[in-house]
Parts: sequence; structure tokens; C-alpha cells
Amino acid sequence: MATTYEPIATTTLGSAAASYTFSSIPSTYTDLVLVTTAGNSNGSNTDIRMQFNGTTTGYSDTILRGNGTAATSIRETSQTSVMAGWTDTTLISNTIVSIQNYSNATTYKTTLSRTNNVPTSYVGAVVGLWQNTAAITSLTVLSSLGNFIIGSTFTLYGIKAA
Amino acid sequence: MLNNIAAIMGGGAAAVGDYESIQTYNLTTATASVTFSSIPATYSHLQIRALGRTDRAVSMSGLGMRFNGDTATNYSDHNVTGDGATATAGADVSASYIFLARYPGASATASMFGVGVIDILDYANTNKYKTTRNLSGTDLNGSGQVHLQSGNWRSTSAITSIQLYPDISGNLVQYSSFALYGIK
Repeated sequence: MATTYEPIATTTLGSAAASYTFSSIPSTYTDLVLVTTAGNSNGSNTDIRMQFNGTTTGYSDTILRGNGTAATSIRETSQTSVMAGWTDTTLISNTIVSIQNYSNATTYKTTLSRTNNVPTSYVGAVVGLWQNTAAITSLTVLSSLGNFIIGSTFTLYGIKAA
Repeated sequence: MLNNIAAIMGGGAAAVGDYESIQTYNLTTATASVTFSSIPATYSHLQIRALGRTDRAVSMSGLGMRFNGDTATNYSDHNVTGDGATATAGADVSASYIFLARYPGASATASMFGVGVIDILDYANTNKYKTTRNLSGTDLNGSGQVHLQSGNWRSTSAITSIQLYPDISGNLVQYSSFALYGIK
């Protein structure tokens, strides 16, 4: 039986970088899952964000987060990228993003993230929207400020439905 | 710098059969509900990956889940929800279904769909009630919700069927997709 949930590509940064791009994503899967363990050079609660197909328009998101004291929710509209989660200055933050039906050329693309970031930062969940019906062929992971630090890892998985 | 996709060789890939696709619905027309039936008992857990929208004349409409055709008040759920302004907590007790999420309705901009990942743990265990875990959300570029939720079905029966449906009225629309996976 063919593998249903398989790794497509992974990288561990050997030098600091503001972003990383998975390109030439095959359309043969049903869903994509992005798993990150990353840190940044800027400070706690720095956004980790995504862009698709090099596009810088059409993004929005709804965020639920807790900081150990309170739970809050915020919204972003008309952004140049979509929120995935947060990172801290060490490699202690991880984020898992699901992108269902990423190659469907009829629907806009909706992302779903769980993000964990301790000890001084947020835990949260994010739903994001890219108002574009194009199939996703590239995915860029961005640090909103500063760079991802050495040792940050980004892995892309494909899930194939029957 | 762009980096090309490279296949991963060796360790890191799941063994064949650990995470298997059982059944998928890709709706080509409006449908009142979808039911995964005759679910084999050979897995440890189940996962549903959902993409949905309804034709109810509202901006967002709820999605419900039932097991084995049980329509009695044997379900409950708790949630933490963010609506872009406020984080709230809610619960349903002695309900006739598990409330999963709010998906876009007919009043939402076309082509917008909600998504969810629903885990059903130890679904075939006949010694315990069934617990579900759900992360779902809808963003409509100015409104929407993200939803962390846990559900419970007070039955020790093994789950052999799962029904998903709009909880108030209406249908699931074309291009909605629901995929069931088994995890060993």
C-alpha cells in the first residue's frame, strides 16, 4: 500500500535566514502539513508567517492565544502574509500547520495552526485565509522581524486521501 | 533563496500502513450529510480532515457529528473559541450531537470554506466512553472563528459509523471534502 502521510522535504538552517521556501510542491497530495521548530533573532512572540506562490496579497487570519495569564483573540485582514504562530529567541517554539485541499483550483485556501511557544510567549491556534483559488505550488515561511536562527527546522508533509 | 523539494530517504517516514486513508467524500452536489460507515476496528485512532461550507442563508453555520446513528442526548463538548475580538469558553451538556465548528454559510463570500482536524481516540475500545479532539476554524477576512474543542460520546460501543451534517438546517455544498484516516 502506498504511503498516505509522507515527508516531502525538510531543512535545518545552517545560517540565519529571514525566510525559507518550499518550491515545486507536487499536486499529488490532498493536504499539506508544515511542522516547524524555530527561533528568531528579534525577541519573544515574534510571528512566524507564510506566503503562498510568492504572493503578497489576499491574506487574513483569526487568532486565539493564551500567555499564561489571559486568553485573547485578535484578527488581521488584508495582510501580505498569513499568521502561523510565534517563535522565541531559542529553539523552543513549534508550530504545526494544516493546509487542506491545497491543490484545489476552485476554493480559497484555509490554513489551521497549533503553535506552542514557552516559557514567556504564547500558546495558540490560528485559522488563516488566502483569498486565491490557485493551487499552492510554493510555500514560504517568514519571520516577521529579524531572522530565523541557526538550527531552526522546517518540514513539509503530504497527506493523500483515498 | 528558493529550495527545491527533495525526497526524504530513510528514517522519518512513517511505515506503510501506520496512517491509512479509509474513505473520502468529495462532494459534487449539495448533500444533507456524509456518513462514514462500516469503519473497521483494526486501527487505534481515527482522524477526520474536513473542508466544508453549507448553503444555509447565514455567514457561518454549525457542523455536528454523531456516532453509530445515535440521536439520543449522549453527547457533550467543551470549547475555547476566538472570534477575533474575544476568547470565550463554552459547553454543551447532554446534547444530541457533538458540535464541531462553524463553517461558512451561503452569505459568506464565495469560495470560502472552513476547515477542521478531528481526532477520535480509542474509537474501537469497548471499555470506555469515546473522546474526540477537534481544531477547526473559518476566516472570512473580517469575521470568523478558531475553535479548540473536546467532545465525548457516553457509549462503550465501538464506533462503526460517523455522520457529519449541518446542525441547524441546510446542506453541505459542492467542493466540501471529508476524509477519514485510520492510525495504528
